[in-house]
Amino acid sequence: MLKNKSLAYPYLVWMAIFIAAPLLIVVYFAFTTAEGKFTLNNLTGIAPYTAVFARSLLLAGAATIICLVMAYPVSYFLSRMRANKQHIMLMLVMLPMWMNFLLRTYAWMTLLEKNGIINKILGFFGIGPLQMINTAGAVILGMVYNYLPYMILPLYTAMVKIDDSLIEAAQDLGAGTWRTLTRVLIPMSAPGIATGITMVFVPSVSTFIISRMLGGGGNMLIGDLIELQFLGNSLNYNVGSAMSLLLMVVVLLCMSLTNTMGDEDVEGVI
Amino acid sequence: MENPVIVSLQDIVVDFDGEPILTGLSLDIHDKEFVTLLGPSGCGKTTTLRVIGGFVEPKSGKVLFNGKDIKSLPPYKRPVNTVFQKYALFPHLNVYENVAFGLRLKKMDEKEIHSRVMEMLETVGLKGFERRSIAKLSGGQQQRVAIARGLANHPKILLLDEPLGALDLKLRKEMQIELKRLQQAMDITFIYVTHDQEEALTMSDTVVVMNKGHIQQIGTPEDIYNEPKNAFVAEFIGESNIVDGVMRRDFMVEFAGASFSCVDKGFAVNEIVQVVVRPEDIQVVPAIQGTLTGVVKDVIFKGVHFEMRVEQAGYEWIIHSTQASQPGELIGMNIGPEEIHIMRRMEE
Repeated sequence: MLKNKSLAYPYLVWMAIFIAAPLLIVVYFAFTTAEGKFTLNNLTGIAPYTAVFARSLLLAGAATIICLVMAYPVSYFLSRMRANKQHIMLMLVMLPMWMNFLLRTYAWMTLLEKNGIINKILGFFGIGPLQMINTAGAVILGMVYNYLPYMILPLYTAMVKIDDSLIEAAQDLGAGTWRTLTRVLIPMSAPGIATGITMVFVPSVSTFIISRMLGGGGNMLIGDLIELQFLGNSLNYNVGSAMSLLLMVVVLLCMSLTNTMGDEDVEGVI
Repeated sequence: MENPVIVSLQDIVVDFDGEPILTGLSLDIHDKEFVTLLGPSGCGKTTTLRVIGGFVEPKSGKVLFNGKDIKSLPPYKRPVNTVFQKYALFPHLNVYENVAFGLRLKKMDEKEIHSRVMEMLETVGLKGFERRSIAKLSGGQQQRVAIARGLANHPKILLLDEPLGALDLKLRKEMQIELKRLQQAMDITFIYVTHDQEEALTMSDTVVVMNKGHIQQIGTPEDIYNEPKNAFVAEFIGESNIVDGVMRRDFMVEFAGASFSCVDKGFAVNEIVQVVVRPEDIQVVPAIQGTLTGVVKDVIFKGVHFEMRVEQAGYEWIIHSTQASQPGELIGMNIGPEEIHIMRRMEE
């Protein structure tokens, strides 16, 4: 088919200018002082923010687990529907993704506010008003809402490849619902699970819009912290770069973890 | 010496989205028999198998296993195992683990699982393939794994859904003999679904011919071939010449413009019937000695025999003979009384 490798050169140039070079700049900033001298102070300077890192990992982890638990059954039933219905349902899953990200998150703000719609409805029943906005729960909700489709799609893609006869074979050999799930469905959809986790966890752990809009001041995440170093009051490119670098390392670790999990399950237990 | 009935289907009704598949099917299957459900695609044979396996719950009717109704028992609680059409092997497990799948669910101890799996792999001729990945097996080998996996659970009945469909002719023939051998060695009931009449005749103790959700005939392969009950069975099982005739009296039938003695009786005088003559049962003789005479239209060499089409007074006869006549030649045809099968006319 395509034999001419030079066709890939434009992207190589693109990659060099917009990916490799900025990365090197980040590394450079992370290990230098404002005067350009080598230092590790930027990295050690992150220590006071350990709580923010921990919170980011915790909230993103929670959002990922919720997405997985919600998306798994949906993806399964989606993959068992007739082809024409599958297309309609997939459209509905992706529909929110066609709307502006900020708009969607703003919508949640108005819903969750103290005088928001949800509290008003609860008021009719004599409940509340509840503090919903500016909580960790609201941040998780925002993550789940925004990234759920990214969990459903890879799971669905993995599961449509699982033929009905495999599920029937498991039942035929004596597996009830639970063991069909744990011994056939989950191992066979493991690549989809790994992809889904990555695609939800990575943007969640580095988000700053969701936490700022729904989390108020008390739920600062790494993303917000980094933003402050570049655009906010603290303005320190060097510390900001060190944080970005650390975040990348954390994300890479998480990804390699999920990937090996996926591989092992696919290759079989033996 | 008929074995007791192990599975009895009674008045089974199944429809998919309002379209009737089985309309009151009843069938007794005897223990330790090799039973084949034979019919064209869409005749309901696979659905019948799936009713027994528990994958299709009939709208009404009874599924009795050793006299007990198992209609609402889920597949994983039934003492039957299935070999699926596309094998349905677990791609995330190797050969050994595929065969061990059902045994592990039974929480058998590891030693026993090991000996059972090895025994099964040896039975199907796959010793030494334990660690092989499923993807690295040929179609025939995958087939054997699927059979070993089904048999490992020691089911009372093994259900096989067109298991040889994807194999080439030579392998298919080998596997037919192999399956028959396995069934006898395991001494259990095999229920086999196929649309290939030759396969059915080769392996079965009992053949159940189905069409449009109804059983057309149940019998031994010899019965089905030699004494088809109606034109559908006659046409489906091997090649046949089927012509209309009139039963003049007992043991005397008239067709194709001549009278023949036959071995059938019990029809009304002058009842209109259908006459079946197998192509190999027509004797070719010199024109002057033939009860019927016709002109050879063409001759095709088929390996063991020649297939000839002969035109006779508006009828076209297919003849299988080891001796070839020349196209255009006038020949005589004789049919012995034993070779004439009389059927009541099928109501369409």
